[in-house]
Amino acid sequence: MLAYTAKRLLTLIPTLLAATILVFLFVHLIPGDPAAILLGDTATPEEVAQLSAELGFDRPLWIQYFLWLGNVLQGDLGTSIFFREPVTAVIGSGAETSILLASMTMVWIIILGLPIGVLSATKHGTWIDQITSSGAMLAASVPTFWLGLYLIMIFSVTLGWFPSSGFPSLSDEGGITNLRYLILPSLTLAAPNAALIVRLVRASMLDVAREDHVRTARAKGLHPARVAIKHVFRNALIAVAAAFGFTFAALISEAVVTETVFSLPGIGRLVVQSILRRDYPVIQGVILVIVVLYMVINLLVDLAYARLDPRVSLK
Amino acid sequence: MALLEVENLHIAVGSGGKLLPVVQGVSFCVDENETLGIVGESGCGKSLTSLAIMGLLGDSTVRITGGSIRFDGMDLLTLSAPERRAIMGNRMAMIFQEPMTSLNPVYRIGDQIAESIRQHQQISRSAARDRAVELLTLVRIPNPSERVDSFPHQMSGGQRQRVMIAMALSCDPKLLIADEPTTALDVTVQKEVLELMADLQDRMGTAIVLISHDLGVIAETCDKVAVMYRGKIAEAAATADLFAELAHPYTRGLLNSIPVVDRDVEWLEAIPGRVPTLEETLTGCAFHPRCALATDFCASRAPETSQFKPNHSVQCHFAGGSTT
Repeated sequence: MLAYTAKRLLTLIPTLLAATILVFLFVHLIPGDPAAILLGDTATPEEVAQLSAELGFDRPLWIQYFLWLGNVLQGDLGTSIFFREPVTAVIGSGAETSILLASMTMVWIIILGLPIGVLSATKHGTWIDQITSSGAMLAASVPTFWLGLYLIMIFSVTLGWFPSSGFPSLSDEGGITNLRYLILPSLTLAAPNAALIVRLVRASMLDVAREDHVRTARAKGLHPARVAIKHVFRNALIAVAAAFGFTFAALISEAVVTETVFSLPGIGRLVVQSILRRDYPVIQGVILVIVVLYMVINLLVDLAYARLDPRVSLK
Repeated sequence: MALLEVENLHIAVGSGGKLLPVVQGVSFCVDENETLGIVGESGCGKSLTSLAIMGLLGDSTVRITGGSIRFDGMDLLTLSAPERRAIMGNRMAMIFQEPMTSLNPVYRIGDQIAESIRQHQQISRSAARDRAVELLTLVRIPNPSERVDSFPHQMSGGQRQRVMIAMALSCDPKLLIADEPTTALDVTVQKEVLELMADLQDRMGTAIVLISHDLGVIAETCDKVAVMYRGKIAEAAATADLFAELAHPYTRGLLNSIPVVDRDVEWLEAIPGRVPTLEETLTGCAFHPRCALATDFCASRAPETSQFKPNHSVQCHFAGGSTT
């Protein structure tokens, strides 16, 4: 297991290098000159050229890349053109919100997706299954921004249960109770993904339930609930675990929309704003952090997969 | 009183709003320490009969529509689900056709055996594990104290079937139902598994119901035989009596279709035609479209069960030379 993990970490290196090239190139493909945007409409071409030179944008692209890469390897993601602060600090300021939002979303996905999926599968063909299945279908098809706006309308505006926007840090006044700001956004973000997990758990459990070893389990005289959880669900979990990697990828893109709808000071909103400002160093930095995170999550999913299924041998 | 008495059992499959009869009035009994073989082609209802006895018919589509199953003095079909589960895997156990897929791939075999024991007996985890090692020794798995921690995919088909047998025997069942236990195995492994079952029966006095489509296996291992055709018992007798004089044309057909090594034949004698599907309604004897002896009488009237010899029953108008 240890050797496998080490090997997987090593193979991450070339992938990461390739990722840095892609990230760098894509960002520079965005039309628009950052210096011009920074200086505003009234700037003269000379002023723009001067700022471009100061920021290093007049140099050949490949030199810019290697300079950037060299700094990245030393942990320096550059300086934000807009904020005039180190990119790491800019990302850090959005990280708390995004990490808390992602964690709460994962918690919702697990505490909603898994049990409802199990219920739907064990009661398949009954009205309970029909309600949960069509509910999941609905949740999966509703656009994130629409759901977010409706949740705000119902729970913030009409009922007044939760705040509609913003997120003060946990270290601000209110402390842990500030998490209530994230309840609606995390639910918005969780809904389509939890729905996916519901449908996946249901489908894989129905698949597994037809397998011979489940009949063996029933032949032992086990209670149906024990057969469903310990034998059917446990095997269905193998397929579900693989889906968690994809879920994370979906979360990232949906987080951008959700953070915008709920005006959360998170990384998703930072990306959108930075693209509008042509703040290359921030865009590059954020995307790189997301890429690394995505790789790590997928490595964890692979390791979890091997834990769940003894037939997968880690060599 | 016999340990297991199946009387006039009817099973039907729901299909398109209709109930199609699959098992039609099957009766037999098994005593302690006795092996009953049920033989027949695929789809004759032998597996469904065994699942009905075990209580594994499961959900909505397959249903017992009549008859009774008495086991150890209890009427199984009137028991509640928890009462039924208390018997399953405990006093009555089952092994299946597919050893490759009958074990849960994610758990160690020792844990799977222990689960069965701890379901029915109040014993500690470690005691259950010790018992699992004992059982693996009993079914002749080499290195049982190490193999107890193996996963199913680390074992061969024959070994997995031994594990299934160990699991089935874990609570000293009075009745063991084996549904085609050797069909998926190599011939040499087949023999070992059958010998193991016979050996364990001698030691423990377990009654066995052996389901097979292989007359050879039945002849070697069973005390008595029931030949099933399309949901009915065509012929039933003690093994020696049955093979001494085959009363039903279907049984004769089955036997003739087995190749014999020291006889040089060009063609094996097969039974013409095929088993009629459930949807096809047949009048008279279910076997008459395939039977060489069939007359118009066979097509119009189904034969009753008659005594061909003492303890040798048959459902055929021609058995014993009469047509009544």
